Amino acid sequence: MDIPYTVQPREDTGLYNAKVGIWLFLASEVMLFGALFSSYILLRVGAAPGAWPHGLLNIPIGTFNTAVLIISSVTVVMAWASLKLNEFGKFKVYLGATILCALAFLCIKSFEYHDKFTHYQVWLADGKTMTGHIEGSPMFWTRNTLEEKKLDHIMLHADAAHGEHGAAVAHEAVKIETKEITRLSAYVPAHSTYFAIYFTLTALHGLHVFGGALVLAFFWGPGSKMWRTDPERFTNRIEIGGLFWHFVDLVWIFLFPVLYLL
Amino acid sequence: MQPTTKETEHHAAHTAHHDEPGFWRSYIFSTDHKIIGIQYGVTGLLFLFFGFCLMMIMRWQIAYPLKPIPLAGALLEKILGQDMVSGGVMQPDLYNAFGAMHGTIMVFLGIVPVAFAAFGNFVVPLQIGAPDMAFPRINMASFQAYFLGGVVMFVSFFIPGGAAKSGWTSYSPLATLADMGHHPNGQTFWILGMVLLITSSLLGAVNFIATIIQLRAKGMTWMRLPFFVWAQFVTAFLLLLAFPPLEAAAVMQLMDNVTGTSFFLPTGLMTPGTTNPLPISGGGSPLLWQHLFWFLGHPEVYVLILPAMGIVAEIIANNTRKPLWGYKSLVYSVLCIGFLSFIVWAHHMYLTGMGTKIATFFQTTTMIISIPSVIILTCFFISLWGGSIRFNTPMLFALAFLPMFGIGGLTGLPLGFNFTDLHLHDTYYVIAHFHYVVAPGTIFGLFAGIYYWYPKATGRFLSEFWGKVHFWTSLIFMNLIFQPMFAQGMAGLGRRMYDGGVTYAGTNDPAAAGVVGVPHIFIDMNKHISWAAWCLGLAQIPFIINFFVSMKSGKKVTSDNPWEATTLEWQTPTPPPHGNFDKPVQVYRGPYEYSVPGSARDCLPQNQPA
Repeated sequence: MDIPYTVQPREDTGLYNAKVGIWLFLASEVMLFGALFSSYILLRVGAAPGAWPHGLLNIPIGTFNTAVLIISSVTVVMAWASLKLNEFGKFKVYLGATILCALAFLCIKSFEYHDKFTHYQVWLADGKTMTGHIEGSPMFWTRNTLEEKKLDHIMLHADAAHGEHGAAVAHEAVKIETKEITRLSAYVPAHSTYFAIYFTLTALHGLHVFGGALVLAFFWGPGSKMWRTDPERFTNRIEIGGLFWHFVDLVWIFLFPVLYLL
Repeated sequence: MQPTTKETEHHAAHTAHHDEPGFWRSYIFSTDHKIIGIQYGVTGLLFLFFGFCLMMIMRWQIAYPLKPIPLAGALLEKILGQDMVSGGVMQPDLYNAFGAMHGTIMVFLGIVPVAFAAFGNFVVPLQIGAPDMAFPRINMASFQAYFLGGVVMFVSFFIPGGAAKSGWTSYSPLATLADMGHHPNGQTFWILGMVLLITSSLLGAVNFIATIIQLRAKGMTWMRLPFFVWAQFVTAFLLLLAFPPLEAAAVMQLMDNVTGTSFFLPTGLMTPGTTNPLPISGGGSPLLWQHLFWFLGHPEVYVLILPAMGIVAEIIANNTRKPLWGYKSLVYSVLCIGFLSFIVWAHHMYLTGMGTKIATFFQTTTMIISIPSVIILTCFFISLWGGSIRFNTPMLFALAFLPMFGIGGLTGLPLGFNFTDLHLHDTYYVIAHFHYVVAPGTIFGLFAGIYYWYPKATGRFLSEFWGKVHFWTSLIFMNLIFQPMFAQGMAGLGRRMYDGGVTYAGTNDPAAAGVVGVPHIFIDMNKHISWAAWCLGLAQIPFIINFFVSMKSGKKVTSDNPWEATTLEWQTPTPPPHGNFDKPVQVYRGPYEYSVPGSARDCLPQNQPA
C-alpha cells in the first residue's frame, strides 16, 4: 500500500502531504504562542501602575541573539536551495551553520538565565527594596533559604540605584540582617508576573529551538543518507524543517521587542 | 459479491489462526487507521464507563448524604485510604476529586476520543476513498499520547492527596490552593495528563485535515463528501486551533503550582485559617485562566457534538432511503458553527462581572451560533419527511438524538442570555442542559455509529433485539435523570454540593417563614435521579455483552454493503484489508443518491459509473 502525494504535489492543491501538515501544525503553534502573548498583554495591562518592571534585561545580548537567529534563518534557506541545485556539499555547510547558530543562541540564552538566577531583590521591613548580588553568587535563594541555612544576615552587592537615591557604589557589599528582610527573591519566575511570563515564553521558545535543532541535526547527520536513495523526498524534508525553523525565528522576532524593549 | 465474501471468510480465518507472529505490530503498534480507530474506540468506551462509575458512586452521596456507600464503600476505603472514605462514607475531598475527574474523563478521555478519533479514524479514510491516513505513524503516536495521558489521569487517583479536585474547569486560584500539602499533587498530574491529551489531539487534527485535503479519491470533490467527513473536518480545525490556548494556560498553571509564580494568583491572596497573605508575588489574574480555559471550552462543545451530528446524518440518509434534505445548508452551517464557536466563549463567564457591553457582545454571538445549529437539526427533521423509515437500532438511536439534542440546545438559550444566566448559573439546570447535549445527544449518536459500522469492522451484526432493549431502557433512564435536574436548577439548587443541597434546604415549618431555601421536594428528587442513574448503568449491560458476544456469534453479514448504503466505506471488502480498497477508486456522484427516480436499485454507490 502506498499513500499518494508523500513526495509529489497533488494537482488540485499543489502541495505534498507534509507541507499541508506542517502549515497546520504551525497554525496550532500560532495559537499556542498567541495565547501566551495575550496573557502577557492582560497581565501587563492589569498590573498596578508603575509595577511593571523595565530595563531588567540585557538589550545588547538580546540584539546579538536576534541577529544569530536571523542568520540561521538565511542559512537554512540556503541549505534547501543547495539541495535544489544538487549541491550536497554546500547543503552540509549551510545546515551545519544553522545548527551552530541554534546552539549559540541556546548557549547565550543560558548565560542570560544564569545572570537572572543570581540577581536578587530584597524587600525590607521598612518598606524599601534593594537589588543586587548576594556574596558567593548563590542561585534561587528565598527568605526560607535564609532560615533553613540559619543565616542571620546576607552580604548584598547592591546595584547602582536608579532614581531619586542617587548613584550608590556598586562594588560595596551591604550587610542586611535577616530579620529586616520580609521577602527575598532572585529574578526567577516567582519574582513577579513579568519574570513569570518572560521565563515561560523564552523557555517555551528555547524548547522549540532545541527541538528544531535536534531534527535539523538528524537531517544533517544520519538522516542525510536519504539524499542518495530519495533525493526529492529529502529536499522536501529540509523544506519542512526550514518552515518550522522560520516560525521559531519569527516567534523570537516578536519576543525580543515585547520583552526587552517595551 | 462472491469473491468478497470469500475474502471475508479468508480474513476471519486469518485472524483466528495466525495472530501470534504479528500481534504487537498488528494490534498494539499498528499504523493502520482502522486498527487505531478501534484502539481509540475501545479505550474511549472503557473510560466512558469508568467516568460513569465515578458518577454512580457520587450519586449515592448526593441522594443519601453521609451514609456508607453500599457495595463499593469498603473497597474504596481500602484502596484510597481513610482520608477519602471513612467508615464507608465518601469524604468531601473524594467527592470533589470524583466530580472533577468525571468531567475530565468523560470529555477528554471518553467522548472526544470515541467521537472524533475512533469514528474519524475508522470511517473518514474509507469514506473519502483513501488507502490510509496521510501520516500513519503520527496517527499511531497520537493514540499513544492519548493512552499515556489516560494512564496519568488514572494514576492520579492513587497518589497522596488524590486526584485533581477543582472541577473539570480547574479554575485558579482554587486549583493551585486546593492541595498545597502535596507535591506533586493531583492537579499537577491533571495538567501533565492534559498536555499529553492536547498533544494527541493536535497530532490527530493535523492528520485528519491533511488526509481530507490531500487523499480524497479521484472525483471526490468537496461537495461530494459525505456530511460526516465535513463534520470531522470542522471538528479537526476546532481541535487544532482551540486546544493550544488551554495548553498555554496549563503551562502557566503548572508554573503557579510548581515554581510559585502568580499568573493566576491575585495580590493579597489568603488561605483559610491564615492571617498573612501567601508569600507570592501576586499581580496575576484569575480571570485570565477562565478566558483561556473557555477559549478551548466552548469550541470543545462543538468538538463533542459535530461528529455525532455527522454520524446521525449518515444513518438518517441510509434508513430513510432518500437524500439528506439541504446538504449544502448542512455544510455551510457546520462551517459557520466552526467559525462562530471561537467567539462565544465568555458566555460561560457572565457571573464574573465582565460588564454589560462585553456580555452583550457574547450574548449576541451566542444567539447567532444557535442559528446554524437549528438549521442542521431542521435539515435532519425534514429529511425524515416522506421517507419510508427502517427502524433498526442505529436508526432508533439517531432518531432519539434529534429531540434529545433539541432539548439540550433549546435549554441553552436561557443560559446564553446573561440576565437569565445570572439566576441559573452553577445550578443543576446547567448540568441538565449540557448533559442533554452530550449524554442522550452525543452518546446516543455514538451508539448509533457503533451499531451502524460494527458490521463493517467485524463482519457481523450486533443483536437487534438486545440493541432495542439497550435503546429503550437508555432513553427512558437518561430522561429520568436529567429532566428533574431542570426543575432542581430553576428552584436554585446549586451544583457541586457535597451533601446534595441538604444544607440549603428550606423548611416546611410555617413558623420559620422567611427562611429562603430549596424546597424539600427538589432535594428529594436527588433520590429518584440517583436510582435512574444506577438503572442506566444496568441498561448498559446488554450493550456490553452484545458488543463482545456478537464478535464471535453475531449474525454474519451477507454482503459488503449490508445496509445498502451509498458511501464508499461500504464498497470495500469486509473487514477492509490494509490499504482498504481492492482497486483504485473513482467517484462519480454525490454521497446520498438514494431512490433515484428511474434507477434499478434504490441506492447508487458513489463509485458506480453514471
